[in-house]
Amino acid sequence: MKSSVITFPGSNCDRDMDVALKKFGFKNKMVWHNDSEIPKSDLVVLPGGFSYGDYLRCGSMASKSKIMKSVINFANSGGMLMGICNGFQILVETGLVPGVLLRNKYLEFICKNVFVKINNKKNTYFKNINNKVFELHIAHNEGNYFCTKDQLKEIENNEQIAIKYCDKNGKIEEEFNPNGSIKNIAGIFNKEKNVLGMMPHPERMIDSSLSGEDGSLFFNNLINNLK
Amino acid sequence: MKISVIITLKKDVLDPQGKVIQQTLDGMGFDNINEVRQGKYFEINMNEKDKKIAEKKIEDMCKKLLANLVIENYRIIDVQ
Repeated sequence: MKSSVITFPGSNCDRDMDVALKKFGFKNKMVWHNDSEIPKSDLVVLPGGFSYGDYLRCGSMASKSKIMKSVINFANSGGMLMGICNGFQILVETGLVPGVLLRNKYLEFICKNVFVKINNKKNTYFKNINNKVFELHIAHNEGNYFCTKDQLKEIENNEQIAIKYCDKNGKIEEEFNPNGSIKNIAGIFNKEKNVLGMMPHPERMIDSSLSGEDGSLFFNNLINNLK
Repeated sequence: MKISVIITLKKDVLDPQGKVIQQTLDGMGFDNINEVRQGKYFEINMNEKDKKIAEKKIEDMCKKLLANLVIENYRIIDVQ
Protein backbone atom coordinates (compact mmCIF):
# COMPACT_ATOMS: atom_id res chain seq x y z
CA MET A 1 0.00 0.00 0.00
CA LYS A 2 1.29 3.41 -0.98
CA SER A 3 0.64 6.60 0.94
CA SER A 4 1.56 10.27 0.59
CA VAL A 5 1.83 12.89 3.31
CA ILE A 6 1.66 16.52 2.18
CA THR A 7 4.01 18.94 3.90
CA PHE A 8 2.95 22.59 3.99
CA PRO A 9 5.09 25.40 5.42
CA GLY A 10 4.25 25.13 9.12
CA SER A 11 3.16 21.48 9.14
CA ASN A 12 4.66 19.78 12.21
CA CYS A 13 2.97 16.38 12.46
CA ASP A 14 4.03 15.30 8.97
CA ARG A 15 7.03 13.25 10.13
CA ASP A 16 5.07 11.63 12.98
CA MET A 17 2.52 10.57 10.38
CA ASP A 18 5.34 9.24 8.17
CA VAL A 19 6.66 7.14 11.09
CA ALA A 20 3.18 5.82 11.87
CA LEU A 21 2.30 4.91 8.28
CA LYS A 22 5.62 3.12 7.75
CA LYS A 23 5.28 1.23 11.05
CA PHE A 24 2.04 -0.34 9.84
CA GLY A 25 3.29 -1.25 6.38
CA PHE A 26 2.63 1.72 4.11
CA LYS A 27 5.26 2.76 1.60
CA ASN A 28 5.06 6.45 2.35
CA LYS A 29 6.28 9.45 0.37
CA MET A 30 6.52 13.02 1.61
CA VAL A 31 5.12 15.51 -0.88
CA TRP A 32 5.94 19.24 -0.85
CA HIS A 33 3.05 21.71 -1.08
CA ASN A 34 4.54 23.41 -4.12
CA ASP A 35 4.63 20.21 -6.20
CA SER A 36 1.88 19.90 -8.76
CA GLU A 37 1.17 16.15 -8.71
CA ILE A 38 0.79 13.64 -5.91
CA PRO A 39 2.47 10.27 -6.60
CA LYS A 40 0.25 7.22 -7.13
CA SER A 41 -1.26 6.59 -3.69
CA ASP A 42 -3.82 4.42 -1.91
CA LEU A 43 -4.02 7.00 0.88
CA VAL A 44 -3.20 10.71 1.04
CA VAL A 45 -2.81 12.46 4.39
CA LEU A 46 -2.97 16.17 5.23
CA PRO A 47 -1.05 16.31 8.53
CA GLY A 48 -1.43 18.46 11.62
CA GLY A 49 0.48 21.63 12.36
CA PHE A 50 0.12 25.33 11.71
CA SER A 51 0.23 25.63 7.92
CA TYR A 52 1.01 29.20 6.81
CA GLY A 53 1.07 30.24 10.47
CA ASP A 54 -2.72 29.86 10.69
CA TYR A 55 -2.98 33.21 8.85
CA LEU A 56 -6.45 34.50 7.91
CA ARG A 57 -8.26 31.31 9.02
CA CYS A 58 -6.62 28.00 9.93
CA GLY A 59 -6.08 25.97 6.78
CA SER A 60 -7.35 28.66 4.40
CA MET A 61 -4.01 29.37 2.69
CA ALA A 62 -2.99 25.70 2.50
CA SER A 63 -6.32 24.83 0.89
CA LYS A 64 -5.33 27.03 -2.07
CA SER A 65 -1.73 25.81 -2.44
CA LYS A 66 -0.43 24.27 -5.66
CA ILE A 67 -0.55 20.58 -4.64
CA MET A 68 -4.18 20.85 -3.50
CA LYS A 69 -5.58 20.78 -7.06
CA SER A 70 -4.15 17.30 -7.48
CA VAL A 71 -5.29 16.28 -3.95
CA ILE A 72 -8.85 17.52 -4.63
CA ASN A 73 -8.97 15.65 -7.95
CA PHE A 74 -7.74 12.53 -6.18
CA ALA A 75 -10.53 12.81 -3.57
CA ASN A 76 -13.20 13.63 -6.13
CA SER A 77 -12.33 10.49 -8.06
CA GLY A 78 -12.80 8.35 -4.92
CA GLY A 79 -9.25 8.38 -3.47
CA MET A 80 -8.83 7.93 0.28
CA LEU A 81 -7.94 11.31 1.79
CA MET A 82 -7.50 11.88 5.51
CA GLY A 83 -6.94 15.22 7.26
CA ILE A 84 -5.78 15.26 10.88
CA CYS A 85 -6.10 18.39 13.04
CA ASN A 86 -4.78 21.21 10.80
CA GLY A 87 -5.38 18.74 7.95
CA PHE A 88 -9.06 18.68 8.97
CA GLN A 89 -9.08 22.50 8.98
CA ILE A 90 -7.61 22.42 5.44
CA LEU A 91 -10.29 19.94 4.35
CA VAL A 92 -13.16 22.15 5.52
CA GLU A 93 -11.57 25.12 3.73
CA THR A 94 -11.47 23.15 0.46
CA GLY A 95 -15.16 22.34 0.89
CA LEU A 96 -14.46 18.58 0.55
CA VAL A 97 -16.16 18.11 3.93
CA PRO A 98 -18.93 20.41 5.19
CA GLY A 99 -18.76 22.90 8.07
CA VAL A 100 -15.96 24.92 9.69
CA LEU A 101 -13.70 24.71 12.73
CA LEU A 102 -14.06 27.69 15.02
CA ARG A 103 -11.94 28.81 17.96
CA ASN A 104 -12.41 26.54 20.99
CA LYS A 105 -15.38 27.58 23.08
CA TYR A 106 -13.35 28.46 26.19
CA LEU A 107 -10.54 30.15 24.19
CA GLU A 108 -7.91 27.69 25.42
CA PHE A 109 -5.37 25.73 23.43
CA ILE A 110 -6.30 22.17 24.44
CA CYS A 111 -3.60 19.51 24.63
CA LYS A 112 -4.74 16.28 26.27
CA ASN A 113 -5.97 12.74 25.75
CA VAL A 114 -9.66 12.33 24.97
CA PHE A 115 -12.01 9.45 24.26
CA VAL A 116 -13.88 9.28 20.99
CA LYS A 117 -16.63 6.93 19.89
CA ILE A 118 -16.93 5.68 16.34
CA ASN A 119 -20.27 6.77 14.97
CA ASN A 120 -20.21 5.02 11.60
CA LYS A 121 -18.35 1.80 10.78
CA LYS A 122 -19.73 1.35 7.28
CA ASN A 123 -16.64 2.77 5.56
CA THR A 124 -13.06 1.88 4.68
CA TYR A 125 -11.65 3.77 7.67
CA PHE A 126 -13.47 1.97 10.46
CA LYS A 127 -15.05 -1.23 9.16
CA ASN A 128 -13.95 -4.43 10.95
CA ILE A 129 -12.59 -2.48 13.89
CA ASN A 130 -13.49 -4.12 17.21
CA ASN A 131 -13.28 -1.20 19.60
CA LYS A 132 -16.08 1.32 19.74
CA VAL A 133 -14.20 3.78 21.94
CA PHE A 134 -10.66 5.03 21.35
CA GLU A 135 -8.32 7.04 23.49
CA LEU A 136 -6.54 9.55 21.26
CA HIS A 137 -4.65 12.80 21.69
CA ILE A 138 -5.88 16.27 20.76
CA ALA A 139 -3.83 19.47 20.52
CA HIS A 140 -5.64 22.42 18.98
CA ASN A 141 -6.92 25.95 19.35
CA GLU A 142 -9.55 25.81 16.60
CA GLY A 143 -11.38 22.49 16.84
CA ASN A 144 -14.87 23.71 17.61
CA TYR A 145 -16.84 22.09 14.80
CA PHE A 146 -19.70 24.22 13.49
CA CYS A 147 -22.11 23.94 10.60
CA THR A 148 -25.49 25.38 9.67
CA LYS A 149 -28.70 23.65 10.79
CA ASP A 150 -29.34 22.51 7.22
CA GLN A 151 -25.82 21.10 6.92
CA LEU A 152 -26.19 19.29 10.25
CA LYS A 153 -29.42 17.68 9.09
CA GLU A 154 -27.72 16.63 5.88
CA ILE A 155 -24.62 15.14 7.54
CA GLU A 156 -26.78 13.27 10.05
CA ASN A 157 -29.02 11.89 7.29
CA ASN A 158 -26.00 10.82 5.24
CA GLU A 159 -24.27 9.29 8.30
CA GLN A 160 -21.28 11.58 7.77
CA ILE A 161 -20.40 11.96 11.45
CA ALA A 162 -17.33 9.75 11.91
CA ILE A 163 -16.40 10.13 15.59
CA LYS A 164 -17.74 11.96 18.64
CA TYR A 165 -16.12 13.00 21.93
CA CYS A 166 -17.25 10.78 24.80
CA ASP A 167 -16.10 9.35 28.13
CA LYS A 168 -14.15 6.10 28.49
CA ASN A 169 -17.37 4.09 28.41
CA GLY A 170 -18.58 5.72 25.22
CA LYS A 171 -21.11 8.01 26.88
CA ILE A 172 -21.63 11.11 24.74
CA GLU A 173 -22.41 14.14 26.93
CA GLU A 174 -21.65 17.86 26.77
CA GLU A 175 -19.27 17.50 29.74
CA PHE A 176 -16.96 15.30 27.60
CA ASN A 177 -16.92 17.86 24.79
CA PRO A 178 -13.53 19.60 25.06
CA ASN A 179 -14.02 22.44 22.59
CA GLY A 180 -17.71 23.21 22.10
CA SER A 181 -18.22 21.24 18.86
CA ILE A 182 -21.80 20.78 17.72
CA LYS A 183 -23.08 17.34 18.80
CA ASN A 184 -19.61 16.48 20.22
CA ILE A 185 -18.35 16.02 16.66
CA ALA A 186 -14.62 15.16 16.52
CA GLY A 187 -14.49 13.98 12.91
CA ILE A 188 -16.62 13.84 9.78
CA PHE A 189 -16.68 12.22 6.35
CA ASN A 190 -17.66 13.55 2.97
CA LYS A 191 -20.85 12.10 1.51
CA GLU A 192 -19.00 9.21 -0.18
CA LYS A 193 -16.95 8.39 3.00
CA ASN A 194 -13.59 8.39 1.18
CA VAL A 195 -12.59 11.71 2.79
CA LEU A 196 -12.17 11.82 6.58
CA GLY A 197 -11.31 14.87 8.65
CA MET A 198 -10.73 14.59 12.40
CA MET A 199 -9.17 16.63 15.20
CA PRO A 200 -7.61 13.76 17.24
CA HIS A 201 -4.14 12.48 16.30
CA PRO A 202 -4.01 8.68 15.82
CA GLU A 203 -0.31 8.98 14.87
CA ARG A 204 0.48 10.01 18.45
CA MET A 205 -0.89 6.75 19.86
CA ILE A 206 1.22 4.08 18.23
CA ASP A 207 3.64 3.17 20.97
CA SER A 208 2.60 1.80 24.37
CA SER A 209 5.82 2.95 26.02
CA LEU A 210 5.32 6.54 24.86
CA SER A 211 1.57 7.05 24.87
CA GLY A 212 -0.90 4.35 23.96
CA GLU A 213 -1.85 1.83 21.31
CA ASP A 214 -5.29 2.96 20.15
CA GLY A 215 -3.77 4.68 17.12
CA SER A 216 -2.11 1.36 16.21
CA LEU A 217 -5.54 -0.29 16.10
CA PHE A 218 -6.70 2.40 13.70
CA PHE A 219 -3.73 2.16 11.30
CA ASN A 220 -3.61 -1.66 11.37
CA ASN A 221 -7.28 -1.83 10.54
CA LEU A 222 -6.97 0.84 7.84
CA ILE A 223 -4.17 -0.90 5.93
CA ASN A 224 -6.03 -4.23 6.11
CA ASN A 225 -9.18 -2.59 4.78
CA LEU A 226 -7.23 -1.05 1.90
CA LYS A 227 -5.60 -4.34 0.83
CA MET B 1 -7.83 52.08 -6.40
CA LYS B 2 -8.08 51.31 -2.69
CA ILE B 3 -10.94 49.15 -1.51
CA SER B 4 -11.89 48.49 2.09
CA VAL B 5 -13.71 45.34 3.08
CA ILE B 6 -14.98 44.15 6.42
CA ILE B 7 -15.71 40.57 7.32
CA THR B 8 -18.10 39.88 10.16
CA LEU B 9 -19.36 36.71 11.80
CA LYS B 10 -22.92 35.75 10.95
CA LYS B 11 -25.57 36.37 13.57
CA ASP B 12 -25.93 32.79 14.85
CA VAL B 13 -22.21 32.03 15.10
CA LEU B 14 -20.74 32.03 18.59
CA ASP B 15 -18.00 34.65 19.03
CA PRO B 16 -16.12 33.77 22.23
CA GLN B 17 -13.50 36.48 21.64
CA GLY B 18 -16.19 39.13 21.31
CA LYS B 19 -17.74 37.87 24.51
CA VAL B 20 -14.47 38.10 26.46
CA ILE B 21 -13.88 41.64 25.11
CA GLN B 22 -17.37 42.60 26.25
CA GLN B 23 -16.75 41.17 29.73
CA THR B 24 -13.42 43.00 29.97
CA LEU B 25 -14.98 46.30 28.87
CA ASP B 26 -17.69 45.71 31.42
CA GLY B 27 -15.05 45.11 34.11
CA MET B 28 -13.36 48.40 33.12
CA GLY B 29 -16.54 50.24 33.86
CA PHE B 30 -17.96 50.54 30.35
CA ASP B 31 -21.43 49.38 31.20
CA ASN B 32 -24.60 49.22 29.11
CA ILE B 33 -22.91 47.07 26.44
CA ASN B 34 -25.34 44.58 24.96
CA GLU B 35 -22.92 42.68 22.76
CA VAL B 36 -19.45 42.88 21.14
CA ARG B 37 -18.75 41.04 17.89
CA GLN B 38 -15.21 40.89 16.50
CA GLY B 39 -14.48 41.00 12.77
CA LYS B 40 -11.72 41.55 10.20
CA TYR B 41 -10.81 44.55 8.07
CA PHE B 42 -8.87 44.53 4.79
CA GLU B 43 -7.48 47.37 2.66
CA ILE B 44 -6.76 46.18 -0.84
CA ASN B 45 -4.83 48.36 -3.21
CA MET B 46 -5.22 47.32 -6.83
CA ASN B 47 -4.34 48.50 -10.32
CA GLU B 48 -7.85 48.87 -11.62
CA LYS B 49 -9.47 52.10 -12.70
CA ASP B 50 -13.00 50.82 -13.29
CA LYS B 51 -14.89 50.85 -10.00
CA LYS B 52 -17.37 48.20 -11.05
CA ILE B 53 -14.72 45.75 -12.22
CA ALA B 54 -12.72 46.34 -9.03
CA GLU B 55 -15.73 45.66 -6.84
CA LYS B 56 -16.51 42.50 -8.75
CA LYS B 57 -12.95 41.25 -8.32
CA ILE B 58 -13.05 42.00 -4.60
CA GLU B 59 -16.33 40.11 -4.25
CA ASP B 60 -14.72 37.15 -5.94
CA MET B 61 -11.76 37.35 -3.55
CA CYS B 62 -14.13 37.46 -0.57
CA LYS B 63 -16.06 34.43 -1.76
CA LYS B 64 -12.96 32.37 -2.59
CA LEU B 65 -10.53 33.28 0.18
CA LEU B 66 -11.09 36.26 2.45
CA ALA B 67 -14.37 35.07 3.99
CA ASN B 68 -15.72 31.64 4.81
CA LEU B 69 -19.35 32.02 3.84
CA VAL B 70 -20.50 29.26 6.21
CA ILE B 71 -19.82 31.56 9.15
CA GLU B 72 -18.93 34.99 7.78
CA ASN B 73 -20.41 37.85 5.75
CA TYR B 74 -18.39 40.39 3.80
CA ARG B 75 -19.15 44.00 2.98
CA ILE B 76 -17.28 46.50 0.79
CA ILE B 77 -17.36 49.65 2.86
CA ASP B 78 -15.23 52.05 0.84
CA VAL B 79 -13.81 52.48 -2.68
CA GLN B 80 -11.31 55.26 -3.35
